Amino acid sequence: MKTNVNKMKPSERMKIPRQSSLEQKPDERRRNFTEVSFGVDEERALLEAARCLECQNPVCQEGCPVNIDIRSFVQLVYQKDYVGAVNKIRESNFLPAICGRVCPQEEQCEQVCTLGKKHDPVAIGKLERFVADYELKHNLFSPPVIEEHRSEKIAVVGSGPAGLTCAAELAKLGYQVTLFEALHAVGGVLRYGIPEFRLPRTILDLEAERIKALGVKIETNFLVGRTATIDEFLEEWGFNAIFLGTGAGTPQFMGIPGESLNGVYSANEFLTRVNLMKAYKFPEYDTPIKVGKSVAVIGGGNTAMDAVRTSKRLGAEHAYLIYRRSRTEMPARVEEVHHAEEEGIEFMMLTNPTRILGDQNGSVCGIECQKMELGDPDESGRRKPVPSSEPKFVVDVQNVIEAVGQSPNPIIQSTTPGLKTGRKGVVLADDVQRTSRERIFAGGDLSRGGATVILAMRDGKIAANEIHQYLQKKKQ
Amino acid sequence: MYRIIQKEILAPTITKYVIEAPYVARKRKAGNFVIIRVEETGERIPLTLVDSNLKEGTVTLIVQAIGKTTKALALKNAGEYIMDLMGPLGNPTPIEMGKTIACIGGGVGTAELYPITKALKEAGNTIYTIVGARSKELVILEKEMQQVSDTFYITTDDGSYKRKGFVTDQLKELLDANLGINMVYAIGPLPMMRAVSNLTKPYNVRTMVSLNAVMVDGTGMCGGCRVSINGQMKFACVDGPEFEGHEVDFDEMLLRNRSYVEMEKISVDRFTKEPHVCKREGMA
Repeated sequence: MKTNVNKMKPSERMKIPRQSSLEQKPDERRRNFTEVSFGVDEERALLEAARCLECQNPVCQEGCPVNIDIRSFVQLVYQKDYVGAVNKIRESNFLPAICGRVCPQEEQCEQVCTLGKKHDPVAIGKLERFVADYELKHNLFSPPVIEEHRSEKIAVVGSGPAGLTCAAELAKLGYQVTLFEALHAVGGVLRYGIPEFRLPRTILDLEAERIKALGVKIETNFLVGRTATIDEFLEEWGFNAIFLGTGAGTPQFMGIPGESLNGVYSANEFLTRVNLMKAYKFPEYDTPIKVGKSVAVIGGGNTAMDAVRTSKRLGAEHAYLIYRRSRTEMPARVEEVHHAEEEGIEFMMLTNPTRILGDQNGSVCGIECQKMELGDPDESGRRKPVPSSEPKFVVDVQNVIEAVGQSPNPIIQSTTPGLKTGRKGVVLADDVQRTSRERIFAGGDLSRGGATVILAMRDGKIAANEIHQYLQKKKQ
Repeated sequence: MYRIIQKEILAPTITKYVIEAPYVARKRKAGNFVIIRVEETGERIPLTLVDSNLKEGTVTLIVQAIGKTTKALALKNAGEYIMDLMGPLGNPTPIEMGKTIACIGGGVGTAELYPITKALKEAGNTIYTIVGARSKELVILEKEMQQVSDTFYITTDDGSYKRKGFVTDQLKELLDANLGINMVYAIGPLPMMRAVSNLTKPYNVRTMVSLNAVMVDGTGMCGGCRVSINGQMKFACVDGPEFEGHEVDFDEMLLRNRSYVEMEKISVDRFTKEPHVCKREGMA
């Protein structure tokens, strides 16, 4: 059925159901690394855009951490001006193809959408992805015109979402930007952490190409703090300002016995081997990974979800997700939990690992667990899990993957005198991302300790603006 | 891309590479290492920096071709490139002063020991060096090591050169001779570093070893290189690579370093049996 949305009255538009994405079937996708969701097609996008009520007070925009003019871009979709729409997004967010895929819209723009009060909210995320993919597919990208070229040099350290955004925004303002990355490919957590089946590498590569098209210089294989220090950047390399967006890359371990056994991975290592090093293509790619018949992933966040779904794709018959609280307290996105469930992930809620068991070869053969109960709320506001009286039990597994949190990598903090840090080693930054040292700004997980891609982008954007203000003031 | 400026075969399977990497050359200190990746489909592996030349902007690596990556590297010639080289990584060796130090190198570990011995010698320490190898042809850096040592010994397992036996035989004699040795550096295969640590413990001589653990990123991000030091979990890449030998759980590390032994064999077999694979990757 072709619907001519242009002739519809508002009351009719409200009757259009929220459009859903086309997806790979769970039975197929749980054995491959191809993207789970295909997004919405043009027809669905037009129907979805028609659902927007064009509110006088677009609360969706306030709900967006990077303040995208959502109402305008959705209206441009409605008018079939898809390139206009993607450029409208790009005024506020240079990475729409990424955000359209990994942003938790249900907690942001879509949560406050007026339509959502009585009906389902407009599928803003799906529309964002649609226009970004349309532009990619038809190769319609043209870099924004840089009105004024400026002579000041800025170093952006870390090429994850915070760094990429900060670099793009500063380059748009005409600054000379160099982006430094320790690994051999840009993207940070988007490269090593988020799996191919949620964010295809072709998309990431293209977004990175666009950053280059803005004139940003990219230095990979450069570990700031070791290859050169921040103070050398300021004193010898001639950088006028520095943005630090090095993320929270140091994995935490639970500290239970057996963590040195073969077959135990941090989620970081497991995902880095698969995503960055393409271990899922072994032996075509050299990096090995060993996944047994049964795998236990510990944690309840998006990283845990990515690791457990990856282990299933690598051939695990049983992929268990072990989480010490209950389903409602899980920090992972609802959509990811839903996808994991569809793919046959076995959830073990209110379960806490107490020991990892090994065989005579030093390899994992099981995990001992304790059933938990929810007690009184703790400082996070969530009910605190406490051990139940049930006896401990053992689950036979050959792998244990710990996704129990990350903290910032300490290399820059320990090599930059005067840079103040807080709990878990986060670099302290104020509301405009200034650190304790002049000319040094920080954002993303490095200053937050572990948050989302979009909040990192927000910090990168705010920092870019603040760096601009700072450099302009210095000139006067 | 990082250009190989010079390549020199030091011994069967052991090759010296001088590679253009000006940023790394500027910052290299004794004890540092780099992560390299030879080609697009390759693995990231850690290699100790043997030397650097500030003026030329080069670093020196001495590598034994054992696994797939090091064999692929060995096929590269001067003028060709490797994909990636990142560093310098790890904590530099704290250079002691006024000590009498035994520096023990085993196999290709001698190359890793060389910059440390040199720095210790330049700082005015008295150096007793013992270089061990399986046989005469595998002895490397003999002249260089001799130059930075006050007293110099070589042992070979098969007796084909100098003293027949292990480095520990020579070291035990030195310790028993009461020469005032108050520190030991040992770099080589894990069983050798374990044997040295076990030997020096009753003598109560501080013993430093350099742990070459399995790594992916080399920056503290994956935790794959975790080692148990005095029962505490440490990351060899950022907390090391040097640790007090008497505190290292060598048995655990030996097991961990064998994690992927079957898969490494698959890679090596595939590489040696199917030369077309490497040609396709543009390596021939």
